[in-house]
Amino acid sequence: MERVPVLKIGDILLVSIQIDMEDQVALQLQEDLADRIVATGCHGVIIDISALDIVDSFVGRTLATIASVSRVLDAETVVVGMRPAVAITLVELGLSLPGIRTALNVELGIELLARSRQDELTELDFDEDEPDAAAVSTS
Amino acid sequence: MSDEGQRLPVTTDQDVVRVRQAVRTFSVAVKLSLVDQTKLVTAASELARNTLVYGGGGEVVVTRVQNERRAGIKIVFADEGPGIVDLTLALTDGYTTGGGLGLGLSGARRLVDEFEIDTEPGKGTTITITKWCR
Amino acid sequence: MPLSSDEASRFADLLKEHAESLTARWVELAGASLRGRLSSAELRRQLDDLRKGFEQAMRSGSAHLTDEGSAELRAQLAEISGHRARQGFSATETAVSIFALKDAVLEALGNGDDAGTLRDYVAFSAFVDRAALFTFDSYVQVRESLIADQAEQLLELSTPVVKLWDGVVAVPLVGTLDSARAQVVMERLLQTLVDTGSPYAIIDITGVPAVDTQVAQHVLKTVVAARLMGADCIISGIRPQIAQTIVALGIEFGDIATKASLADALRYVLNKTNRSLNTKRTER
Repeated sequence: MERVPVLKIGDILLVSIQIDMEDQVALQLQEDLADRIVATGCHGVIIDISALDIVDSFVGRTLATIASVSRVLDAETVVVGMRPAVAITLVELGLSLPGIRTALNVELGIELLARSRQDELTELDFDEDEPDAAAVSTS
Repeated sequence: MSDEGQRLPVTTDQDVVRVRQAVRTFSVAVKLSLVDQTKLVTAASELARNTLVYGGGGEVVVTRVQNERRAGIKIVFADEGPGIVDLTLALTDGYTTGGGLGLGLSGARRLVDEFEIDTEPGKGTTITITKWCR
Repeated sequence: MPLSSDEASRFADLLKEHAESLTARWVELAGASLRGRLSSAELRRQLDDLRKGFEQAMRSGSAHLTDEGSAELRAQLAEISGHRARQGFSATETAVSIFALKDAVLEALGNGDDAGTLRDYVAFSAFVDRAALFTFDSYVQVRESLIADQAEQLLELSTPVVKLWDGVVAVPLVGTLDSARAQVVMERLLQTLVDTGSPYAIIDITGVPAVDTQVAQHVLKTVVAARLMGADCIISGIRPQIAQTIVALGIEFGDIATKASLADALRYVLNKTNRSLNTKRTER
């Protein structure tokens, strides 16, 4: 069975899905990622799906589960590079991927992770004297 | 035009991938738009997985079709599984018996132009979908 | 009344035997209605090819135009109709060219007035009628595809997606949006987001006179799709009537940002991006 590689870059785990995944491969990725998050102590996960020409409900659900599991392990997940046709299809399918943060490309994804991490830290630092800082986080 | 059809068994995860790839090839051949290709392949993926998971495996036949004005693709998913007891319920968004999101049937129906379902409890399920070129 | 195989082969003989004079007469008759817009040499070539086509179809014993033996003839007819349609001839002119064969053949049959010849002729005439109607159909098809092509060109002309600022693109929608156009525009918008890596898009509908449920749905779906991709859409320039319609139709815009003008939308976006930049800077 093929396996999707998980790369570590700084504080981020990067996954680029380049193959048409069997369901089993997707589930394996879900497990691998959880293991790697714990092993590396990374706080961000970027999943690049720009090579995927479809995302069906199974893959959608797997992505959502990865995001939830990562959050429990204190890592933020960003799914990047979704193709327009895929997004249009997901909307039609009725899959809105709640709880998943997205960005247009890997670069913007890294920015988004950095920002939300900073927001978190800012929140900690200014929670008492500067309540506005919390409202700054992007919706 | 049955000679142009392609018959694929669906008994493993890998077969679902093969169905997707076959449908993609057919979609490109009849020149479906990129968005329509994506919609059809996604619908096929959902239904092939249903055939595997709920029908206990079965068969998919992909055929190129043509009416007076347009070309299209017809896909038949057939299994001899337990069938669907309450069709209305099965076609409702969010309803699932298999632990999924419950979007397979209802979602796939929204992604194609024609959707027919023929099922009988204990006798299996046959679903036929068609997508036409614009 | 379909042609019997005997009749068909008799006509094949006739078309061959009188080839020269038939074609000449046909060119003359057909040429009259085309009023010299097609050179007679070209018309002659076309019609002589067609005559051969008819002869071949008759020889193979085709009783109907839809028969296997007439495939070649059908292709020729379709080709001629296509030419005529592109050269601006009317559908009638095209069909009349074919009908003229009947007159030419009638003359070639001479004045044999026995019932057999007459019956033959009626059957053949019906066959030619079918052929003329077929050109009519092909003509319409070609014209339809021409119109479709033009509509597509128009679509491309009328739906620019422009870069407004670093990371901000805008689509100024102008004119009536039908479902097909809305779809194309939205697909293009999403593609531009990817190509330019812009996380913000402004859809300006100042130039749109009316919105129906379907179009509103398309816009909404686009906004949701853009969000799935990681981009935010702002809708600007909603006219009062359109706002009324949207509410009356019960369309939920939910948490989608709407602004009165393109300028307001841009200010809103810049504010948002600045704030996120500022957050970055205040971080120590």
